[in-house]
Amino acid sequence: MTGYFGSYVVVAVLLGVGVAIFAGGLLANRLLRPDRPTAEKLTTYECGVDPVGEGWAQSQIRYYVFTYLYVVFAVDAVFLFPWATVFADPGFGLTTLVEMFVFLAFIALGILYAWRKRVLTWT
Amino acid sequence: MTPALWPPTAQEIVFLLLSVVAVGSALLVVTTRQLVHAALWLVACFGALAGCYLVLTAEFVAWVQVLIYVGAVVVLMLFGIMLTRAPIGRTADLDSGNRVVAALVALATAAVLVTVVIDGFRSAYTPLDPGTGSAKSLGGSIFRTWVLPFEALSILLLAALIGAIVISRTDIKGRE
Repeated sequence: MTGYFGSYVVVAVLLGVGVAIFAGGLLANRLLRPDRPTAEKLTTYECGVDPVGEGWAQSQIRYYVFTYLYVVFAVDAVFLFPWATVFADPGFGLTTLVEMFVFLAFIALGILYAWRKRVLTWT
Repeated sequence: MTPALWPPTAQEIVFLLLSVVAVGSALLVVTTRQLVHAALWLVACFGALAGCYLVLTAEFVAWVQVLIYVGAVVVLMLFGIMLTRAPIGRTADLDSGNRVVAALVALATAAVLVTVVIDGFRSAYTPLDPGTGSAKSLGGSIFRTWVLPFEALSILLLAALIGAIVISRTDIKGRE
């Protein structure tokens, strides 16, 4: 189990073991427990209060910006990884360092705009 | 030097199985009647695609696929669904009247892509060397050859972020 493919076989086996433990636990639970459902038992339990209406509510559009900020930061972080492995190598040096900071500066501009428009404040 | 196609190696079998999962879940994305299930099938599709990348030794791209597409883009889509007034659950009128045209366009696009790939590569063969898809080799090619697209990407992200802020803030008005 060495080398590229061997190490990922280990990852796959570990994933399989995890799924088996999880599914096995739930299955054993289902086999061992008594099961007598009634309409009252099947309703959603929320602090003993009967649920009213449906479980669906339209959410506010302002939360979309938070999700989008998360996407921007994820893309941002993904480019930091390959950069971090090479920027100190011979043949890269200061130019590569500046290139990444230009990239970060553009994204920081977006954060600055969001901050100035008070998107980030909690209301 | 092209190796024999038969018997298939373990990598080829795993790749084929993963592609079947990817195509199958992609079909379920567009055929399911529940909007939230479509987003969840998209997770399965992207996950299988990440597995395909892993088998092709594109290690870094595979984990980027998991981080960005499975992690961030699907969350963005679920938020998009939650913003709409559409009810979740089974929806009968989820199909648009354009489904035949859409299927034709999708088939034509697939035909063009498959023809180009087959015509362009034919029996070209590259050995799968682990390490060619690592973060270090990708970093080398990004910061040596593809610096301009990399910087252009930051402007794209900035434009999309500002657009999202302007659309989501109801108190930012356009010019009268």
